[in-house]
Amino acid sequence: MNVKKDFPIFENNEGLIYLDSSATSQSPKQVINAIADFYNKYKSNIHRGVYDLSEMSTELYEKSKEKCASFLNCNPQEIIYTKNATEALNLAAYSLTSDLKEGDEVLVTEMEHHSNFVPWQQLCKSRNLKFSVIKVNEDFTLENIENKITEKTKILALTHVSNATGSVNDIKEICKLANENNIITVIDGCQSAPHKKIDLKDLNCDFFAFSVHKMLGPMGLGILFGKEKLLEKLSPFLYGGDMIRDVRIDDTDFNDIPWKFEAGTPNVAAAVGFSAAIDYLNKIGMENIEKYENELKEYALEKLSEVEGIKIYKPKSQAGIISFNLYNNDKLIHPHDVSAVLNDKKIAIRSGHHCAQVLMDKLKVPATCRISFYIYNTKEDIDKVAEALKEARKVFN
Amino acid sequence: MSIYRENIMDNYKEPRNFGKLDSYNIEYSDQNPLCGDKVHIYLKVEGGKLKDIRYESEGCAISIATASILSEAIKGKNIEDIKNLERNDILDMIGIKLTPMRVKCAMLSLVAIKKGLNKNEA
Repeated sequence: MNVKKDFPIFENNEGLIYLDSSATSQSPKQVINAIADFYNKYKSNIHRGVYDLSEMSTELYEKSKEKCASFLNCNPQEIIYTKNATEALNLAAYSLTSDLKEGDEVLVTEMEHHSNFVPWQQLCKSRNLKFSVIKVNEDFTLENIENKITEKTKILALTHVSNATGSVNDIKEICKLANENNIITVIDGCQSAPHKKIDLKDLNCDFFAFSVHKMLGPMGLGILFGKEKLLEKLSPFLYGGDMIRDVRIDDTDFNDIPWKFEAGTPNVAAAVGFSAAIDYLNKIGMENIEKYENELKEYALEKLSEVEGIKIYKPKSQAGIISFNLYNNDKLIHPHDVSAVLNDKKIAIRSGHHCAQVLMDKLKVPATCRISFYIYNTKEDIDKVAEALKEARKVFN
Repeated sequence: MSIYRENIMDNYKEPRNFGKLDSYNIEYSDQNPLCGDKVHIYLKVEGGKLKDIRYESEGCAISIATASILSEAIKGKNIEDIKNLERNDILDMIGIKLTPMRVKCAMLSLVAIKKGLNKNEA
C-alpha cells in the first residue's frame, strides 16, 4: 500500500511517523478538499431554505447518509449523525434507559472505553437501574456473558474492538445470544468500523456507534446506527429545531426518524468530508485494509519482541493495536517518558490509560504505551519504533 | 533536545527527600488524572517556615525529578514565599523546556504542596 502521498500531514511534518490512529486518523487531501469545496461553493443550512444553495446542501447531507448506510449495509433512516461517538453512545444510553423500569439491568464490560461505561454507570445510578460489569480474563477475552445474563437484563453495551489492547469481541455471536434473551445490544464500533468491513445486517446488533475522524474523515461527526423499529419507539435525546413536526404551547410532535434525533444545525461539512472518506476507503477496499494492517501487526509484534524489557499485552486478535510497557530491571519506565523519547524522533505514539481506567487497574499498571496502525503506516515506521524503544531503554538505564 | 538531561535523570533515579516524615503537621495527596502520576507530600511547618519536607510519588521521570528538585529548593524557606511560587519558577528550577501536557507532570508536586498549605490554614 503506497498512500502516504495522499496525506498532506506527512508533507507538512517531515519525518513524522504517526502511530496513534486509534485516537484519531489523518485525512487524505480528497477529504480535506471536499470540505473546503463545501465551504467555498455550497455552504447554507439544510432542510430549511427553498433556494438552490440550501437544496444543494441538503442533498449533499442526505447523500452522505445514503453512502454511510450502504457502507454499513443498513437503511439511511437508521443513521443518526451526532457530534462524536461519545454523543452517539450518550444518546443511546439516555434514550434507552428512560424506557426501563426500576431494577432493570444494564450489562457492560471491563474493557469499555469510558464513553461506553460512564454514561451507563451514571444513568443506572440516577434511574435506579442495576449496573453489572462483565469481567476480562487474563488473556484479554471476556468472561462468559451467558452467566451474567438475568431475567432483568435489558441492555448489553460492549465494544467491538478494545481501544486499549486490541481485543476483538465476537459481536455476531454475542448479539445472537442477546437477541435470544430479548436484550438490546449497543456496540461501540470506534475501533472496528475504520479497519474492517462492517455488515450490520450480518452482525445483527441493535445499535452501533463510531466516529468519522478515526476513519480518515473530519472531526465533529459521530454516527449512531439504530434498528428502524427501535428508533421509531425511542424518545428523543436533544430537543430543538429540525427535530420537530409541530410545536404548540402545551406539547410538541416530533419529526420522523432519523431527524427526530438530530436537533439543531448538523455538521454538514463533516458529512460531506465523510462521503469523501467512504469513497477513499471503498476504493482501497475494506478487506484489503484489514489484511494490510494485520500484516503490519504481525511484523510489529516480531520486531517489538526483540526489544529487551518489553511487555506486550497481547490478545490473540486481529486488530491493528498493540499495547505494551517498557521495563528496566523490573522497574516500569513510565509510558509518558517512553513516548517523550520517541517524540524526539518524531514518532507519535499514545501513552496513558486510553480512557479505560477499569482495564488499566486490571493490568495493574497506571498506563501503557500504544501503537495503532492505519493504511499510511509502513514496515519502515515499525523498524524506526523498535530502534527508538531500544534507545529509550538506554536513556533510562 | 531531549528533556532527559543529567539533572533530571539524576533526581529521577535518586530522588532527594523521598519517603515519609516521622513527624509532620501537614499532609496532602494529589494526582494528575491525565497520566496517573501520584504524589503524597508531608510537611513540617514551624514559625512560618518549612522545617522539613518529604514525599512519596509514583509516575513519570518529570514528575518525580521535579518533586525532588523542588523539595531541596524550598526546605527551610518561608511559607509565604513557597505559596508565591509559580509555573515559571518550577520551569527555571528544572531548567528544561516542556510541552503543556508535560508541564502538568512538573507542576503536580507544587500544586499538592500549595493545596496542603492552604488546607492547613482553612
